[in-house]
Amino acid sequence: MVFFLQLTVTGILTGSIYALIALGIVIIYKATRVFNFAQGEVLIISGLATTTFISFFGIAIGLISGLIVSFFLGLIIERLTLRPLIGQPILATIMMTLGLSWALRGVGSIGWQSTIRQFPEIVSHSQIMIGEVGISRIHLIAFLVSMTVFVLFAIFFKKTKLGLGMRATAENHQFAQSTGINVKGVFAMTWAISCFVACIAAILLGCIGGGISPTVSMIGLKAFPAVIVGGLESAPGAVIGGLAIGLLESWAGGLIHPSLMEVTPYFVLLLVLFIRPYGLFGLVRIERV
Amino acid sequence: MLDIQNIEVRYTGVILVLKGVSLKVPDEKIVTLLGANGAGKSTTLKAVSGLLSTELGRVTDGTIYFEGEPIENGDPQDIVKKGIIQVIEGRAIFEHLTAEENLMTGAYLRHDGQAVKRDLAKVYAFFPKLKTLRNKTSGYLSGGEQQMLVIGRALMSEPKIMLIDEASMGLAPLLVDEIFRIIKAVYDEEKTSILLVEQNAVAALDIAHYGYIMENGRIVLDGPSETLKDNEDIKEFYLGLSEVGSKKSYKDIKHYKRRKRWLG
Repeated sequence: MVFFLQLTVTGILTGSIYALIALGIVIIYKATRVFNFAQGEVLIISGLATTTFISFFGIAIGLISGLIVSFFLGLIIERLTLRPLIGQPILATIMMTLGLSWALRGVGSIGWQSTIRQFPEIVSHSQIMIGEVGISRIHLIAFLVSMTVFVLFAIFFKKTKLGLGMRATAENHQFAQSTGINVKGVFAMTWAISCFVACIAAILLGCIGGGISPTVSMIGLKAFPAVIVGGLESAPGAVIGGLAIGLLESWAGGLIHPSLMEVTPYFVLLLVLFIRPYGLFGLVRIERV
Repeated sequence: MLDIQNIEVRYTGVILVLKGVSLKVPDEKIVTLLGANGAGKSTTLKAVSGLLSTELGRVTDGTIYFEGEPIENGDPQDIVKKGIIQVIEGRAIFEHLTAEENLMTGAYLRHDGQAVKRDLAKVYAFFPKLKTLRNKTSGYLSGGEQQMLVIGRALMSEPKIMLIDEASMGLAPLLVDEIFRIIKAVYDEEKTSILLVEQNAVAALDIAHYGYIMENGRIVLDGPSETLKDNEDIKEFYLGLSEVGSKKSYKDIKHYKRRKRWLG
């Protein structure tokens, strides 16, 4: 039982990171209908940049400048790669984000080589024991940080004008334009915000793993099932999808066989697509009868 | 106020849709633009509101003046800022947003919070039904309510001129009457100019001061509503009345069709 609980806790805590990456994908998809396959690579680049900033300016300023730079990275990516593709077929944008992911990978290995960049130990890796279940402090903090981000985003989407504009744009670009919403501006902002979120995820990953290397981008692949399970348009879905994938991975790896850990998310992905193609929380097309 | 001078619109650079359209909407007047499907009515509106760009269309010739300023091929949000708002045909609501959120998107470019609140109250006064439905997901509203919602949303942007595209589309006759009654009430109270694109010629000519008839990308006829209503061709082809002015019965239909007497 203790073992099971331990697996559950670990699953939820790692799941929260997947959820954060999934959120980045959902934000972009919601507003622009582009599935960003490069989210994992954006995460790596912003993480690597942050390590460099930290080595130059120290922890606090390093983290802040990393976040700011990734915000602008988002603006640049949108302007250079996606803006020219507005109105083009969906396949073109898919190929573009795939190409972008390889390009960013290239930038990562040229700029930072393929070595692990050390992340300073901002939070100690000691464990807190609750009963017999051990929770590592850093995992717990990562979990809390990502949950805070989610709550902030929920409020942002619901209460602010820009959030309203983003939700309106997500529904129909032309209708949004007709009400005076600057659709291109909204696109740029979604990319910027999504890259900002990716940077938060990168920092958390760096703190947990002690460092960040170009191979970590594989974690982006874990976020895809999370996004699909939760539903492409749903931010709460991203949270639940991420947590679910983390849990299942942990359970399958611990209870059945360790090698199942890597593939379980994709089994779940297939299963969900089979039963609910729009994801568990995706927007069901409204049809009045 | 709005002065369209001999514009030509092409889609993707080759498909010529408007072949020299000119029309004027004076201050504080309702003008209607009538015509069959595919005549170019909606394209004319989109040319004014700047929405052509999303459909790869462009004004390739001629000029559109708004209050003396040329605005053709402008950014949609700049044009909304100038006070021109288009009500897109077919109930262009944001389905997953609530009714009130839909209305608030209309005020997206405004920064005067107090005035926005006042305008929201005004819209609810025009459409009392919307007030009771304010927190409902708008996709589940009825067709008439959705049409009210898009007109209300347009009002939220403090328009100087509203371009209303087929407000009667797909609505029951009673609802059409109600929508037009409200459009008239909005006009009477706000004195906003309105350019009304319609297929329902009877309803449109009833509230409009002036009318244009469009066919095949050209204006073929224009005049004050009263004159248009008396025009034999209009009666026959748009109002569904025969020459004597009585409703046509299919029993009496002759074997030949009346020809239109203008060159399209």
